[in-house]
Amino acid sequence: MTQDGPLVLLVEDEAPLRKFLRASLSSHGYRLLEAQNANEGMQLLTTHKPELVVLDLGLPDRDGIDFTREIRGFTDIPIIVVSARGKEEDKVLALDAGADDYLTKPFGVQELLARLRVARRHAGRARGTPPAQVFEAGPIKIDFTRREVTVDGREVHLTPTEYKMLALLAQNAGRVLTHRQILKDVWGPAYVAHPHYVRVHMAELRKKVEADPARPKWIVTEPGVGYRFRDRAQP
Amino acid sequence: MSERPDPETLLRRARGEEERANRAKLRIFFGFAPGVGKTFAMLESARRLVGQGVDVVVGAVETHGRKETEALLEGLEILPRKKVPYRGRELEELDLDAALARRPELLLLDELAHTNVPGSRHKKRWQDVLELLEAGIEVHTTLNVQHVESLNDVVAQITHVLVRETVPDSLLERADEIELVDIPPEELLERLSEGKVYLGDQAARAGQSFFRRGNLLALRELALRRTAERVDADVQTYREEHGVTDPWPSGERILVCIGPSPGSSRLVRAARRMAAGLRAPWVAAYVEVAGVAPIGQAARQRLDGHLRLAESLGATTVRLTGVKVSDALLVYARKHNVTRIVIGKPTHPRIRDLVRGSLLDEVVRGSGDVDVHVISGDEARPDGAREGKPVVGPVTEPQRYFSAIGVIALTTLIAAAIARVAPLPDVEMLYLVGVMVCAVSFGRHASILAAGLAVAAYDFFFVPPHHTFAVADARYILTFAMMFAVGIVISALTHRIRRQESEALAREERTRALYDLSRDLAGAYGDARIAEITARHASDSFGGTVAIYLPEDGGTVKAAAAWPVGGRIDPNDIGVVKWALEHGRPAGRGTDTLPGAGTFCTPIRAGAEPLGVIALVSGAPDALRPDEQGLVEALGRQAGFALDRTRLAEQARQSALAAKAEELRSSLLSSVSHDLRTPLAAITGAATTLRDETGLAADVRSDLLGTICEEAERLERLVSNLLDMTRLESGRVRLNEEWVPLEEVVGTALSRLDSRLRDHVVTTELEPDLPLVSIDPILIEQLLVNLLENAAKYTPPGTEVTIAARMTDGELALDVLDRGPGVPAGQEEKVFERFYRGTHTVSGAGLGLPICRAIARAHDGTLDVVARDGGGAVFRLRIPQPESRPSVPPEAPQEQP
Repeated sequence: MTQDGPLVLLVEDEAPLRKFLRASLSSHGYRLLEAQNANEGMQLLTTHKPELVVLDLGLPDRDGIDFTREIRGFTDIPIIVVSARGKEEDKVLALDAGADDYLTKPFGVQELLARLRVARRHAGRARGTPPAQVFEAGPIKIDFTRREVTVDGREVHLTPTEYKMLALLAQNAGRVLTHRQILKDVWGPAYVAHPHYVRVHMAELRKKVEADPARPKWIVTEPGVGYRFRDRAQP
Repeated sequence: MSERPDPETLLRRARGEEERANRAKLRIFFGFAPGVGKTFAMLESARRLVGQGVDVVVGAVETHGRKETEALLEGLEILPRKKVPYRGRELEELDLDAALARRPELLLLDELAHTNVPGSRHKKRWQDVLELLEAGIEVHTTLNVQHVESLNDVVAQITHVLVRETVPDSLLERADEIELVDIPPEELLERLSEGKVYLGDQAARAGQSFFRRGNLLALRELALRRTAERVDADVQTYREEHGVTDPWPSGERILVCIGPSPGSSRLVRAARRMAAGLRAPWVAAYVEVAGVAPIGQAARQRLDGHLRLAESLGATTVRLTGVKVSDALLVYARKHNVTRIVIGKPTHPRIRDLVRGSLLDEVVRGSGDVDVHVISGDEARPDGAREGKPVVGPVTEPQRYFSAIGVIALTTLIAAAIARVAPLPDVEMLYLVGVMVCAVSFGRHASILAAGLAVAAYDFFFVPPHHTFAVADARYILTFAMMFAVGIVISALTHRIRRQESEALAREERTRALYDLSRDLAGAYGDARIAEITARHASDSFGGTVAIYLPEDGGTVKAAAAWPVGGRIDPNDIGVVKWALEHGRPAGRGTDTLPGAGTFCTPIRAGAEPLGVIALVSGAPDALRPDEQGLVEALGRQAGFALDRTRLAEQARQSALAAKAEELRSSLLSSVSHDLRTPLAAITGAATTLRDETGLAADVRSDLLGTICEEAERLERLVSNLLDMTRLESGRVRLNEEWVPLEEVVGTALSRLDSRLRDHVVTTELEPDLPLVSIDPILIEQLLVNLLENAAKYTPPGTEVTIAARMTDGELALDVLDRGPGVPAGQEEKVFERFYRGTHTVSGAGLGLPICRAIARAHDGTLDVVARDGGGAVFRLRIPQPESRPSVPPEAPQEQP
C-alpha cells in the first residue's frame, strides 16, 4: 500500500460496497477517502482535494445528478458515477451533467480499474499533455493532422461527419459519450434532439471501420446511453 | 295514518336535517311594507351576534340617510361595494366575489328582491344569496311581502301597484328562520308623515295611494298569514320528527292547466297558494294539441315565462300532447293521482263552445273523483287558431290572401273557358280544387277566404241569373252551404295534416338527435373522443359553435373538443363555463345566471358531480328556448353517461391490473424462492469453506471462487428478470421509442451474449435497406438477449441460430430461428407462461419468454413461436411501425478547417 498513490473520493452509502472497493482499490495502489452521503462527500472534496470521485447516484441525502452538477460548478475532477441497471436515463443525465463515465451495478473490480485509468488519463491530457498526432487502436489508425483513417493499412474514405465522429470517439477513447454530447460536438447545439442522426451515421461509420459491423469490436454501443471507443487498455 | 311517519318521510327528513346541519343558514327579516324597520331589526340582531364573537360583514345595507340606522352600522365591518359602469353612470353593487373571498361567518344583505345592475353575475340579488349560501356563508336579509312571487298578484290587486322585483317562494322555504318585523299600520303612517320612511322607486311612484290604511291592513294580514304558514310548516316538521300523528289530509296533488295567454300567471299563483295551503305537490301542465298550429313566437315566450314561473314557485312542469286538451289533462291526472285540477274561466263567446266543445265542460264531466277549481283570468285552451301562424311558404299574410284571391280568379277563368267549349255540369268541384290548392299552399286563413270567394264567384258567374248574386233557384242555397262547408273542412284537414307533419318532424328531429348521439357514443371510448362526438352532435342540432370543456386539476378547465374543429368560444365566457361546472347548473345566454354572456353552458353529468360542460355559441340570433336548452341538457346527460362509462371502465381496468399485479407478486414469491435459494446456498457454501477450511489445495480454492462468481451472476440475471417482469406486468413501463437502425440493437445483444453463444453458429440476415425502426432499443435488446439465451440453452451446441429482419406491410418482422428440438406441439402458448420450463434439467426461472412477450405487447406488437421447416423453432416478433419516418439525417454542418 503506497502513501502517495492517487487519492480517490468514494461517495457510497452501502457499507458492503465500500468495503469491497476499499479492499480492491487499496490493493491497486489507490488511497481512499470514504463518504456515506453527499454532504460528507462535499466536505471531503473541498478539504482533501482528491484526484478522482466515484459517486453512487442513489444517495440517501440528495440527488446524485444534482450533486454532479454542483461539483462541476467548481472543479473538473473526473467523476465516475455508479448506478443500478435499468436506470439508463439517470446515467445519461449524470453524464450530460458532467460526469466522466459510469459503472452499472454489479460490476467487477477490473471494470472499475479500467474506468479509473481512462479517467485519469483524460484528466492528465486536459491538464496539458498535448494530444497525440496519431491514434491507433487495433487495426484502426487515425492521423489527425492529415485527417486520414486507415484500417489494416488500407485507407478508408469517410464523409466529414463520419470523420468528426470517429475523431471525437478516439480522442475520448475508453470513455462513454452520450448521443447528446456527440450531436452537440459534431452537428452543433441546435441538433441535440435528433439522436437518430448519430445512430444512422454511426451505422455507416461502423460498416467502414469494423470488420463485422453486426458485432462491433471497437465502436461499442452502450445501450440507452451512447457509444464508447474501446480503449486499448480495456478487456 | 300510522303512528309513526313512514320510512320515506323519515329518510327525507334525515336527509333534510343533514343538509340543514351542513348548509349555511338564511334568515329573512320579513315585513309588510317599507318603513316597518326590517333593516333596523337586522342590524340590531347583527350587533348582538358581533358581541357574541360572530364574524359579521355588511355586504349591502341601505340606510337611506336614517340616523338611527347609520348609528347601528358603526363598528361593523363593511364590504366595499363594487362600482359597475352602466349607461355612463357608475352604480354601486354588492361585490359578490369579494364577499366569497372574504368568507365571513355572516353576511348582511339588505333588500332580497333587489335587481342587480346589468352586467353583474346574476340578474337578481337572491341568486347572489343562493351562491353565498352554497359557499357556506350565513346570510341575513330583508324582504317585503309584496316581493314574494306567489303573493305578487294579490298585492297588485290590493294596492294597484305592480311590483316587478319578485323573489321565488322557494327562497322563503329555504330560509331557516323568518322573522316578522311588524308595527301597527297607524304607527307606520305616523312615521311616514314624519318623513322617516324611504319609499322604494316603485312605491314612490305610486305615492300615497300605496300607504292607504286599508292597503296596509291587507298587506299586514298577508305578511302575517305567510309567516303563519311558515310556522305551520315548522310545526309540521316538529310533529313528524316527534312522531306526533300527522293531521295532514295526505295525498293531495294539484294540477294546473296553463296556456300562453297572459292570465295564466294568475292561475299559476293561485295554484301555488292552494298547494302551499294544502302542503301538496303541484304540477303545471301545458297541452299541445296535435293538429293545431304551434303558437307564435310571442305566445311561446309568454308560455315559457309561465312555465318558468311555475317552476320557480316549486311546481313540476309538464308538456302534454294529445288530440284533445281535456283528454290529455284527465289522462295525466288519473295516472298521477291528481286530486284537484285548477283551470281558467273561459273568456271566449259561448258560441265557440257550441261549435268546438267546451274544455271546462269536458274536464268537469270526465273528472270523476277529482275536484275541479275554476279560477278567473285564463283560458287554458292553447289557442292555435287565434295565435298560431300556419306553417306555409315564406310569404306574408297579405300576400297569402292576395294569392288566394288570384287562385279563385284563375279558377273562374278556367271554368269560364271550359264552359265556353262544353257546358260543365260540376263547376263547384273545380272551385273546391281551387280551395284545396289554397289550403295546401297558403294556409288556413287564406283558404277560408278562398272558400268564401269560391261560393261568391260560383254564384256570380255560373248560377242563373248570371252576373248577379241573386239566385233564381233556391236549391242553390243548399249547394252554396255545402260548397262552403266542404271548403272549410278541406282547409282544416289539410292544415291539420301539415301541422302534425311539422310537429312530428320536430319531435322526430329531437329524438333522432338524442338517438344519433347515444348510438355514436356507444362505441366511443376516452374523454377526447366522447367530447368530440358530443360537440359535433350538439353543433348539428343547433348550428353555431360547440365546445366541450372538462375539468382539470387545479380548478381550471380545458377544451376537450370543439365543433366545427378549431372553433372557439369567447375567452371571456370561460367564467361562465366554470360557473356551470362548479354549480352544476346551466348558465350564460338565455338563463338567469350571467345572461349577458354570448355562450350558453350546461353541465355534462351522469350523477351528482358535473363531469364537464357543453358550451354553445348559437348560430341563431335568439337565445335558446327552454325546450332547446332541455335538449342540450339531454345531450349533456348522454355525454355524461358515456364519460362515466369510460371512467368506470378505466377504474375496472386499473383494479384488474392491481389484482393481476398482486397475483403475480404472490406467485413470484412462491415460485422464485427456490430459484433464489439455490445460488445463495452455493455461494454461502463456497464462501464459508474458503473462510473456515485452512489448507485447501490451490485448484480447489480457485474452483470455489469460480462457483461464487458464477452463482452470483446467475442470481443477478434472475433478479433482473424478476424486476423486468414485475415492471412490464404492472403496465408502468414507459416506452422510450426512438428511431434506431436495427443492426445496432442486434449488435449490442450479440455482444452481450458473446460468451454464452460461443458454442453456436450465429448468423444475421437483416434486409439490406432496412429503414430506421421505431422501438425502445433497450427493451428490444433485452427481448433479443432472452430469445438468444433461450436458443443457447435449449438447442444443441454447434447448431445454427439465425436472426432475420425485414419490413412487411408496415410492420417490423424480426425472427429468431434455431435448429433445436423445437417447441412440442400444443405447447406453443404455454412457453410464454410465467414459470414454465421446457425441461427441468435447464436452470432458470421460466421468465425469459414471458418478458419477451410483455415487451412485444408494450410495443403493440406480437410474439409467437412456430415450428420451423426442417426442424427447430421460429420465434416471430411483429411490431407495427408508424407511417411517417424521420427525415434523412443530414451531414453535420462544416466549419472552416
